[in-house]
Amino acid sequence: MSKNLRINNKQFVDETRKLSFIFNGKKLYGYKGDTLASALLSNDIHLVGRSFKYHRPRGIMTSGSEEPNAILQIGNDDALTDPNVRATEIELYDGLICNSQNCWPSVKFDIGGINNFLSPLLPAGFYYKTFMWPASFWEKYEYFIRKSAGLGKSPTKQDPDMYDHRYMHCDILIVGGGVSGLIAAKIASDDNKKVLLLEDKELLGGSLIYDDNDISKIDNQKSSEWLKKLIENIKNDKNIIIKTRTSLAAYHNYNFLLARQNLTDHLSVNDRNNKIRQRLYKIRAKKVIISTGAIERPQVFHNNDRPGIMLASAVKKYIDYYGVRCGLENVIFTNNDSAYETALSLHKSGTKLNAIIDIRDNSSSEIVNKVKSLGIQIYWNHTVVNTKGYKRINKITIMKLNDKGNDVVGKKIELNCDCLAISGGWTPMVHLFTQSGGKLKFDNKDNIFVPDKTNLNQLSIGSAKGDFELDDVLKNSIKDTKKFLQIENSNFDKIDVKCSKEKEKKNIWLLPSDKPLSKTKPFLDYQNDSTAKDIKLALREGFKSIEHVKRYTTTGMGTDQGKLANMHALGIVADTTNTNMGDLGTTTFRPPYTPLTFGTIVGRNVGQFFDIFRKTPMHEWHVENNAKFENVGQWKRAWYYPKDGETMHDAVQRESKAARESSGILDASTLGKIDIQGTDANEFLNRVYTNAWSKLQIGKCRYGLMLNEDGMVYDDGVTTKLGENHYLMTTTTGGAANVMSKLEDYLQTEWPELDVFLTSVTDHYATASVCGPNAKKIINKIFKDLDLSDESFPHMSFKEVKLGNINCRIMRISFTGELSYEINVEASYGKYIWEKCIEAGKEFNITPYGTETMHLLRAEKGFIIVGQDTDGTMTPVDLQMDWIISKKKYDFIGKRSLYRSDTIREDRKQLVGLLTDDPNEILEEGAQIVKDENKKPVDMLGHVTSSYFSPTLKKSIALAVLKEGKRLKGQKLLVPMIDKTIKVTVSDTIFLDKENERING
Amino acid sequence: MFLINCPYCGERDQSEFVSGGEAHIARPKQPTELNDDQWAEYLFMRKNIKGIQFERWNHAHGCRKWFNVARDTSNDKIEKIYKMGEQPPKL
Ligand SMILES: [Zn+2]
Repeated sequence: MSKNLRINNKQFVDETRKLSFIFNGKKLYGYKGDTLASALLSNDIHLVGRSFKYHRPRGIMTSGSEEPNAILQIGNDDALTDPNVRATEIELYDGLICNSQNCWPSVKFDIGGINNFLSPLLPAGFYYKTFMWPASFWEKYEYFIRKSAGLGKSPTKQDPDMYDHRYMHCDILIVGGGVSGLIAAKIASDDNKKVLLLEDKELLGGSLIYDDNDISKIDNQKSSEWLKKLIENIKNDKNIIIKTRTSLAAYHNYNFLLARQNLTDHLSVNDRNNKIRQRLYKIRAKKVIISTGAIERPQVFHNNDRPGIMLASAVKKYIDYYGVRCGLENVIFTNNDSAYETALSLHKSGTKLNAIIDIRDNSSSEIVNKVKSLGIQIYWNHTVVNTKGYKRINKITIMKLNDKGNDVVGKKIELNCDCLAISGGWTPMVHLFTQSGGKLKFDNKDNIFVPDKTNLNQLSIGSAKGDFELDDVLKNSIKDTKKFLQIENSNFDKIDVKCSKEKEKKNIWLLPSDKPLSKTKPFLDYQNDSTAKDIKLALREGFKSIEHVKRYTTTGMGTDQGKLANMHALGIVADTTNTNMGDLGTTTFRPPYTPLTFGTIVGRNVGQFFDIFRKTPMHEWHVENNAKFENVGQWKRAWYYPKDGETMHDAVQRESKAARESSGILDASTLGKIDIQGTDANEFLNRVYTNAWSKLQIGKCRYGLMLNEDGMVYDDGVTTKLGENHYLMTTTTGGAANVMSKLEDYLQTEWPELDVFLTSVTDHYATASVCGPNAKKIINKIFKDLDLSDESFPHMSFKEVKLGNINCRIMRISFTGELSYEINVEASYGKYIWEKCIEAGKEFNITPYGTETMHLLRAEKGFIIVGQDTDGTMTPVDLQMDWIISKKKYDFIGKRSLYRSDTIREDRKQLVGLLTDDPNEILEEGAQIVKDENKKPVDMLGHVTSSYFSPTLKKSIALAVLKEGKRLKGQKLLVPMIDKTIKVTVSDTIFLDKENERING
Repeated sequence: MFLINCPYCGERDQSEFVSGGEAHIARPKQPTELNDDQWAEYLFMRKNIKGIQFERWNHAHGCRKWFNVARDTSNDKIEKIYKMGEQPPKL
């Protein structure tokens, strides 16, 4: 490019550090300090993308987070590529690779551009109307729409970057490091408050820092010079923590806020190694000050979206901050004084300004007078009616407005321009305020919504609350901050501010054209391609609520959340329906304010840190012995121990056979354990379990079933009486925490009179369960002095013995139906006692078995597993466990519900056994059970809950819940599968050893 | 994310607490005396109001104590926190 678009500006851009980057395959250069947008503009590139629906060429429009068009794909790596990055926000680094989105096959020749000519066929609601009905059409269109629309590519590989989370607490959080935020920070710090100051750019100072006109003065200094001194002062202030490149993502209730800090995105890729990419701050602030500033509004006129049409404030920033001219033939189109600052900047930098078009009749402020004195042509009471230039604006047509401002008169004037700087006034950034639940009020003078009521300890200052002129911004920020912090005096009280004051105001939401509206394209939402016409169409079709209009036209629904467009949409609705804008209300802004990458949200909680997992003290032994693990809650439990390439089925068959024929050993450490003490412990057990506990003797164990208050089975387990007023309760592995909470709840809230204390001791003990006909011999080898006779140590009893210095609690209880001992030791001895059992059991082929074999062994005995055979809708009666419901007890949790009309229904689903007619056919857990396959719809009678092949019985067995199951014993039923129907017979739930003889070895 | 003032520990982040639903629903002392409708009233029926709601909270990842909270459901403002067994405040 031969055009000289760089002006000499060494202040913010380092021209000694040249950086190369690649845009759509072409190598270009910029400087350190550039954004990608300023670097592109310095290469005379405006056209960066295509619009979403009509695929119209679009250029860089802004210089900040409100950018609707310059949304690029950064990086070309499958893992590191980032879609939807605003070129105006990303700092240029050496080697940056970026590509346009929304273009297929390329930004300059775009097939979707044909939509632009078809646009009369693509009105608001087009997608709803066409593709959603009939529904089957959608599938056909979707492929083409996705391909030609698209919003960037997601990375397809795992994100290799590192992200971090950090909590922060402060007295005062200040969001936005512009002049008002800086003043507030200083006032708060001088009052000895701990201040956290967030700024989303790399430098503090906001727009005042590059202000370069001679009219604005603070304490008789150039305003930017005054501000630089304040910033130096603040940087050395110990009370103020400054986080730059940090943008607020979400403002939640109780002043809880999330902010994202970019740590490496501005570095060249090679400099990022082993560094944290982004950090999410979780901030709890006593008070919050919002000083996020304002964003400039565009104007809405025919063809207002061509590349080269930019916000006037952005044109000014590119010149004064980045030293980049956006064009060589500039025209300004405004309705207010602020664009005249752009005029002065253009003039000062020696950039050609062809004309200013102002819809007002005149303006007599100091700044406008200065521009007038420079001899720049100003067209008062004129508007732009059309623009020309497909990939870059090259001409505009202007006409005079009539008295009402709703039509144009006179003859057309054509002006050359390659950059049209537009300003439609300013909108306070109230997004965070509304996110936090604050209510807005409408200011008729400036046509803006400003913060009104809030429940939180927060304050909005500066242009974020609607002050736009320097003296108002400073003086009100000082006054409001002092009041908010209850401070009498500050060092800013005598501040002297001089600035130009705007006297004439005029605003037209939809500017008239010489063509009828139906023949024009006045864009509102550039990203979603919605025009003023779409809003009017929605209103004609009967949409009234602004939220509905928004969804129907998709205005404000892009990744920029319509930061530019929302006010015009509201204004046009208000004008069309003759409503006051204040009565319409605004749409809701939702977090995040700017998009967050998933990595930032999850932080370090990925991979093995996604969730904690709990390991038993014997875990390493299981790993060494080739165990496969399953997740039970947060526990890793040994599932089965395959030998020599065994399948799970083979391993389980072998393990269960060994347990029945000689001996097996299970790690039962994960079972929940609750230590219960107190003089009312026995009464407490009577209230929480369905069965009676009064007669349980010291040293004895009892199985208990616990219900919810609705009568449904909640948990089960064995409780042992360790001493007078001292019990050890076991719960299911998965239910431990819930049972503990539930029992605490009853103790604290319903029965505070009971003298009972609960302590979770799950992690304190390790449990090795040795079972099988040879279990007694093995235990005897380890505990030589222990009397294991049935008289001294019968089933369901407990002994406390010592092995050296180790206290061992041994319970003779059984979940397999075999003679079985559970040895509980302090967790740190778990692996020792386990290895001791393995060693002692060697001669009896002691076989470690996992949860799968445990499930099979207990199913053979018809023992339920809460959560597998029950699902929160099963009463003990449904489970055919009537025997465990005490008839004598007046009350226990859930008792009253057992005779509600619904729970006593005979046709409830009940637990039964199922035997397949073909003994080798194993049912699938979850499979449905039916009686008649042919009657449609098929009646679903129940489903299989547990199913195994029993090596001992040499046949398949299953448990199931079945409607009226108790009555159906012997009945032939069907289990239809996808490729066959399996014949089954309803049976008893106990398949093995109905007489319970094996329990004694 | 609320900031909840546990009456035993002080202000803590909401993530340390669990909510236990509507407060001041005492378990009937003599459930067997109740007919199905009366029992169902205790078991199932809960209010869902806009405005001040009295509810139970548990400092589950802290002192494990239950306590009562008067919360305005329209803006989540906690108006009062009081211990189990105390009467609801007049608000
Ligand atoms: Zn607490």
